[in-house]
Amino acid sequence: MRLNFTVNGRATAVDDVWEGESLLYVLRERAGLPGAKNACEQGECGSCTVYLDGSPVCACLVAAGQAEGREVRTVEGLGGPGRLDPLQEAFVECGAVQCGFCTPGLLVQAHDLLERVTHPSDAEIREALAGNLCRCTGYEKILDAVRLAAERKAAAR
Amino acid sequence: MEFLRPQTWAEALAAKAELPGAVPIQGGTDVMVEINFDVRRPPALLDLTRVAELARWSAEPDGRLRVGAGVPYARVISELADRLPGLAQAARTVGSPQIRNRGTVGGNLGAASPAGDSHPPLLACGAVIEVESAARGVRAVPAEEFYLGVKRNALEPDELIKAFVTPVAGGPQYFSKVGTRNAMVIAVCSFCVALHPAERRAGTGIGSAAPVPLRALAAEEFLAAELDWAGTAPLAPALLTRFGELVGAAAAPIDDVRGTAAYRRHALSVLARRTLTWAWNDHRKAAERCA
Repeated sequence: MRLNFTVNGRATAVDDVWEGESLLYVLRERAGLPGAKNACEQGECGSCTVYLDGSPVCACLVAAGQAEGREVRTVEGLGGPGRLDPLQEAFVECGAVQCGFCTPGLLVQAHDLLERVTHPSDAEIREALAGNLCRCTGYEKILDAVRLAAERKAAAR
Repeated sequence: MEFLRPQTWAEALAAKAELPGAVPIQGGTDVMVEINFDVRRPPALLDLTRVAELARWSAEPDGRLRVGAGVPYARVISELADRLPGLAQAARTVGSPQIRNRGTVGGNLGAASPAGDSHPPLLACGAVIEVESAARGVRAVPAEEFYLGVKRNALEPDELIKAFVTPVAGGPQYFSKVGTRNAMVIAVCSFCVALHPAERRAGTGIGSAAPVPLRALAAEEFLAAELDWAGTAPLAPALLTRFGELVGAAAAPIDDVRGTAAYRRHALSVLARRTLTWAWNDHRKAAERCA
């Protein structure tokens, strides 16, 4: 089937989509957007987190056909042209990235938190990121990065 | 495989009647796992996310709430926590924020896993599940008659889950769940108690400790006989212990990878004592404020 949707602000059409295919597969294999990662395929790891109509979801659990006419925003769409989002800059500065596999999902999920909560508490950050697994960092640097980005975003408001 | 995209409830019912093997999909948090892992290859997916009325909730003329099968957990938490506190607490323990943004109580009912988090509060509150078919119209199934076995429910092949209808909380409600961490946990066991002071009784729901979610009926009868609704005294330790024993005895757990039957029974007794203590303390405080 053909799928029409908007990705990172651009109207996109992809063909030959299998009816049981996930949105994640469409993004990575048909739309040239490999940022969202494919790991557990069962919603356990959060590596494939993208915005669907403004809410973060596991793209592996969205049937591609459910995205028809919807708006998707991936990690590739967080920053502007040639410019990182302040959250991405904070991840780099704080050493919140090691192997990098979990990073895109964490970025989208933490981005949503900072859109909704200006000064998140540590408990709020932990709850927001509870569905994103990282096997390298031990999470401390990730928490540092989210706190730093929250400060900078609040100061810029 | 076909991908069916009804825009209205009538279209959805017609599609299900025509192709009873079509699998309804809402948030996809159960259905897509089975498809991703090749466990299931249904003839069609029936996408219900475009049927607007499934995503709404409203008050019935009799004061009960009707909650559409497509309302996600995130909205149960943000919009219904004051009216359905037990269900909102359970919703907050589902998966992760990403899962709560997509997963629905309707999907939990459709999957009918004994470990589903919605079931204990639906049982404790006396919820009724509304199912419908194009041929026979609406059927209202009490929650306790809806669960028939492990991942089996009372739906006929041509029926879809439309909504659940439940009284607004008339007293304190508490849900509690045992798992290895505070997120991303399939319940080892779970329990919900709902006080119904106007009726001088309490409802209960047990999860993940029998082939189906169930009420602890003997424990409910015990509370109806023993609780002093007019009093504001704390509960006697002996009453709490007996309540815990009766809840544990109502379960029919198995040994599996998440825990042993003996552990589940023990943990249920603890959850029952704790949740009843929290609920009764809230009830006492409310009674003192009124006095």
